[in-house]
Amino acid sequence: MKMLKPLNGNQTIAEAARQVDPDVIAAYPITPSTAIVESIAQFKADGLITGEFVCPESEHSAMSVCIGAASAGGRVMTATCSQGLALMWEMLYIAAGLRLPIVAGIANRALSAPINIHGDHSDTMGARDSGWIHLYSENCQEAYDNFIQAFRIAEHMDVRTPVFVGLDGFIISHSVEVIQVEDDAEVKKFIGEYKPVYSLLDMTRKITVGPLDFTDYYFEHKRSQIEGIEKAPAVIEQVGKEFGQKFGRAYGFFEEYKMNDAEMAIVVMSSAAGTGKDAVDELRQEGLKIGLLKPRVFRPFPYQKMAEALKRMKAIAVLDRASSPGAYGAPLFTEIRNALYDCTERPKVVNYVYGLGGRDIKAEHFKEVGAKLEKIRKTGKVDEMCGYLNLRES
Amino acid sequence: MKKENWKELPIGCVNVHPGNSRENLTGTWRSGLKPEFIEETCIHCMFCWLYCPHFAIVVEDGVMKAINYNYCTGCGLCAEECPTKPKSIVMVKEEVKLAEGGKK
Repeated sequence: MKMLKPLNGNQTIAEAARQVDPDVIAAYPITPSTAIVESIAQFKADGLITGEFVCPESEHSAMSVCIGAASAGGRVMTATCSQGLALMWEMLYIAAGLRLPIVAGIANRALSAPINIHGDHSDTMGARDSGWIHLYSENCQEAYDNFIQAFRIAEHMDVRTPVFVGLDGFIISHSVEVIQVEDDAEVKKFIGEYKPVYSLLDMTRKITVGPLDFTDYYFEHKRSQIEGIEKAPAVIEQVGKEFGQKFGRAYGFFEEYKMNDAEMAIVVMSSAAGTGKDAVDELRQEGLKIGLLKPRVFRPFPYQKMAEALKRMKAIAVLDRASSPGAYGAPLFTEIRNALYDCTERPKVVNYVYGLGGRDIKAEHFKEVGAKLEKIRKTGKVDEMCGYLNLRES
Repeated sequence: MKKENWKELPIGCVNVHPGNSRENLTGTWRSGLKPEFIEETCIHCMFCWLYCPHFAIVVEDGVMKAINYNYCTGCGLCAEECPTKPKSIVMVKEEVKLAEGGKK
């Protein structure tokens, strides 16, 4: 039955998982995504899910089980984050390379060292070239909605690519919000029946999964893999639209907040976007023509649409909750700056790394960014291309 | 054999012709040494068959018959594991003429 429920981010992922009821769930607990696995284990014990629930000895094994189960033709999911996702690393590439539509809930958390259990995007950003689709969620509702849509996106015949659904560790994973939980049957109807392309269990059509490629075939297989994620944008758009028609909450590649008449924009993903919108309201009252753009899809990166949305800006600040040591800017910044390269009049773009290891980001920090953007807009000059927010520097 | 372009390949690197690794003649990897089978002392214990990583030991009705040099990489495991005294498989030098491109 459709109802409002008070759930934290982890519980929303577990709730969506219960409704989807995949054939196999294989996961290993790690803070702050532990409660996803814990809730699913409870559902299994209570007989509320019919799928197999596998508790392997590590995240590497969890993803290996997912790959095996998906190769056998099952609908499969897992949940992890941080060091757990890092331990899955080599298997992530294999899941994507084998075009297995596995869905993973990731309660985004910092990577060691130093050890830290709090929220940032280092884990999934580190896996950005693994071939997985990346969806990021601002709040519990978006985490729930994204997780359901992720199955449709991953399993679309044109895509057949695994999907990460990110939700900020602790900030979202452990915060309770009242969310709209849709009717079980309606969710099942929305995602539909799963049909594998190949199945190891199909004895009428025998296959080998994961054999060796030499120099003569590896390149062609890799190109074939890329085709899946390149076809994903149309599917992500269609699924987001259909989700809106069915459940009343439509999704696109990003959300635009007060961008219509904006001359400056802050680009920020996930939970910080909520604070950012409040700060934009305050900056608007101070007379700044500023808006906020919140990317939802990071891979495949929506270059054209992003450039279209941002090209009119005079100054843009991209906020990254991950660093890319040695790179000229953090991951989201490099993508956005790249996307704007072909614009006739390129906006000035600056980068701020924020919130590493769960460091708080408040409205005052967004307002600091707003003031810097206003200065760039007025002078046309950028003093500092890549900086940090709320970091003790002196 | 014409090799498929990327659009013609089944997705997910799936091999829809299982067992086609037999087309891959690993014997071409051999360099310098090859095992030689000495039938007289062989007790047909199947150790060589068990240990051979390339299925190069030819067995018929439980009897060790020969070594298939199309697949033997010359790794020497069979000779190492052979329990008879003297050994029924010994590694011998193999001349590979560069002019023949290593083909035998």
